[in-house]
Amino acid sequence: MNSEFDKPLLTVDNLSKSFGQFIANDQICFDVIKGHIHCLLGENGAGKSTLANCIYGASKPDSGRIVFKGQEVSFSSPKDAIRQGIGMVHQHFVLSEPMNAVENIIVGEESTGTFLNLQNDTEKIQNLCDQYDLTFDLSLPVSQLSVGEQQWIEILKALYVGVDLLLLDEPTAVLTPQEVERLFAVISKMAAEGISVILITHKLDEVLDISNSVTVLRKAKAIITVDTENSTKASLAKLLVGRDFDFKVNKVKVDRGAPVLEIKNLSVLRDNKTLAVNRVSLTVHEGEILGLAGVSGNGQSELFDALVGVRQTENGSIRLAEDEITNCSPAEISIKGMASVPQDRLKQGLIGNFSVKENLILGAHSNPPFCSRGVLNWKTIMDFSKEAINNFDIRTIGPEQKVEQLSGGNLQKVILAREISHPIKTLIASSPTRGLDINASFYVYSRFLEQLKLKAGILLISEDLDELFNIADRIAVIYNGSILGEYCIEDATIEKIGLLMAGLKEETEPLVQSDN
Amino acid sequence: MLSDILQSGLIISILATAVRMGTILLLAALGELIVERSGVLNLSVEGMMLSGAFGGFIGAYYTNSLWLGVLSAILAGLLISALFGLLAIILQIDQTVSGLTVNIFAAGLTFYLYRTLFPNVGATNIPALKPFSVFQLPFLSDIPIIGKILFSQYALSYLAFFLMLLVAFYLYRTKSGLILRTLGENPRVVDMKGINVMRYRFLAVLFGGMMAGLAGSFITLASVGIFVADITSGRGWLAIAIVIFGDWKPVKILWASLFFGFIDALQMQLQALGVQLPFQLFLTMPYILTTVAVFLARKRSGAPLALGVHYERE
Repeated sequence: MNSEFDKPLLTVDNLSKSFGQFIANDQICFDVIKGHIHCLLGENGAGKSTLANCIYGASKPDSGRIVFKGQEVSFSSPKDAIRQGIGMVHQHFVLSEPMNAVENIIVGEESTGTFLNLQNDTEKIQNLCDQYDLTFDLSLPVSQLSVGEQQWIEILKALYVGVDLLLLDEPTAVLTPQEVERLFAVISKMAAEGISVILITHKLDEVLDISNSVTVLRKAKAIITVDTENSTKASLAKLLVGRDFDFKVNKVKVDRGAPVLEIKNLSVLRDNKTLAVNRVSLTVHEGEILGLAGVSGNGQSELFDALVGVRQTENGSIRLAEDEITNCSPAEISIKGMASVPQDRLKQGLIGNFSVKENLILGAHSNPPFCSRGVLNWKTIMDFSKEAINNFDIRTIGPEQKVEQLSGGNLQKVILAREISHPIKTLIASSPTRGLDINASFYVYSRFLEQLKLKAGILLISEDLDELFNIADRIAVIYNGSILGEYCIEDATIEKIGLLMAGLKEETEPLVQSDN
Repeated sequence: MLSDILQSGLIISILATAVRMGTILLLAALGELIVERSGVLNLSVEGMMLSGAFGGFIGAYYTNSLWLGVLSAILAGLLISALFGLLAIILQIDQTVSGLTVNIFAAGLTFYLYRTLFPNVGATNIPALKPFSVFQLPFLSDIPIIGKILFSQYALSYLAFFLMLLVAFYLYRTKSGLILRTLGENPRVVDMKGINVMRYRFLAVLFGGMMAGLAGSFITLASVGIFVADITSGRGWLAIAIVIFGDWKPVKILWASLFFGFIDALQMQLQALGVQLPFQLFLTMPYILTTVAVFLARKRSGAPLALGVHYERE
């Protein structure tokens, strides 16, 4: 082996980055060897993407050094990084859809001449394709290519310019197992040619399949860097989810009653018509919290949408207590006793430039007592708002304030006040404490527990395992749109749940065939 | 009377007028094509054309040179488009709002300046100049029928055809054209290659202004030789419709321009012939047919994906 292959191509030394109060990266250190595939493993919000952006020049680190090819570098834009030989393939591709691969690759590239010579460029790119065994039609518009092929174009962009280090941000999130296999073949080939690859992922299989080394990130810190050959799925899973419990909720067990939400064999499609939720069956009873764990993008948001009525179902049925609500309108579902706390508070839950009082009646705005004969009854609305602000301790200068000016915790209180001020049968909450501080999170939990005493059932969709272990009665795990398993809280361990989240039932036996 | 219409002489005359009116629209539409392909929806074509019509008239009137008039028309279109670019691209004001504002501004400004320069204009005292005359292309204009329709036109018409070829070549055969088209579909692709999105779009808007100005000068300098308020009478809006109808492609835009020019010509000639229909109907015909045409074209697929969207970095 060439001695050059042992020297680090990239050294990240004590890199820190924060956004306001929020620390995204806290003194991160790791090396990437030339020709190695290095994984950054971590859950959502662990700081992987911020780290990648710092290396790629899209973000500027607050402190610390980045050494590339033996020289300390400081990029002011991705353009600088590309010039030095660092490329990146984003999770969301940056492509011009109506144009073909060649046009997407060569547009804006510095080269002499005024006129296009597409034939010449096509030949050059075809050679690159041959070199890496990529076979697809370079003349088809991007919109007609599969997601996997579109990703190849992004990789070809980097190869065309000639990179020494390529960052791939969650490259397999949108790929089929077959496409993943082909991608990995390309990545391995690149590594063999001396290109270093940083693969950002939360999937254990991928780390073990392809990487030479892995840095585990958790809560903005680089926990450890290990050689992949000395790791197992179980050891990585443990590092990935951690096992620290910072706080406990005082939960009084409520007797579980009749089913209030019954999901049977439910299938739901994504926007691109592929299966997002695959024959899911779940039951939530009065007085219990069913936690749904899973890495985001495994069908949770489509499931949520289908339950609240904003996405058509393909198959199966949903019952809310005595009522069949499959494919009912959101208004009907809400009237029948479903409350929902969506994941994105400002995009899905509230209207930012509406006032607090307007947001507090959204959904009920055309029903008495807020409205009679199509005319809003502002006095009733005002009284209701003042009461809600009081009851839910919403910190606002008044009912007239625009909600976009409120903090995250107060936004969530506005949503809760709207959703659970009246009697409900089921509450569906998606990541209800994401981005909230501990106090606000505890407030949300206390309101949930209060609903249990009122005989409601709660479906809590969350990626935060601490949260689920704190307040759920049972935990089900969704992976790739299917429920892989369900545990009573007494039987559940973080290791068991973590493995299911990674798509493994036991260490040796993958449940979903992703290796063929 | 209707039998007269069928006479070949009349048909030739209508078609020749169609080419003349169509090339006015073509000039403005080609400019708008470049602007929209860069991702900017410019609704101020009417105002730019009107400024061109006014600038062209004033330039020619005071210099006694029609070609210097054309030049000042281009300059007028350029200035008005710079105003639009300032609002819509640099200050990032909503593109629709910016476009409408500039239209109102141009209408008011041209009328104000005209009345300031010619305070004594009355019904009988309209300042006029001798417009361009038809430029018969040697030999080609002698070809029967086709020679009369295509090759006995104003110089500006020939220029319009030539510019159509130039625009098509630019868009599809040059590196800069590829960048411009990419800007309209996904400006981020271009931004990540280190190209200044705003600067590119601003230049596209300036080009659109110059073309609209040129088209405006055609009206005052080649058709009538006078200026009156709102003389463009909606042709700028037609140019926008033509870009849609032409599916954002140069050659289709040529055909669409000729089609709309034909409707205009038909209206003029039928009216002149004294066909027994109310004249108001003839005047409204272009607008009715435009509505129908755009309705038929509602499923066009060529619209740039980022059209009308401000570009913001993440």
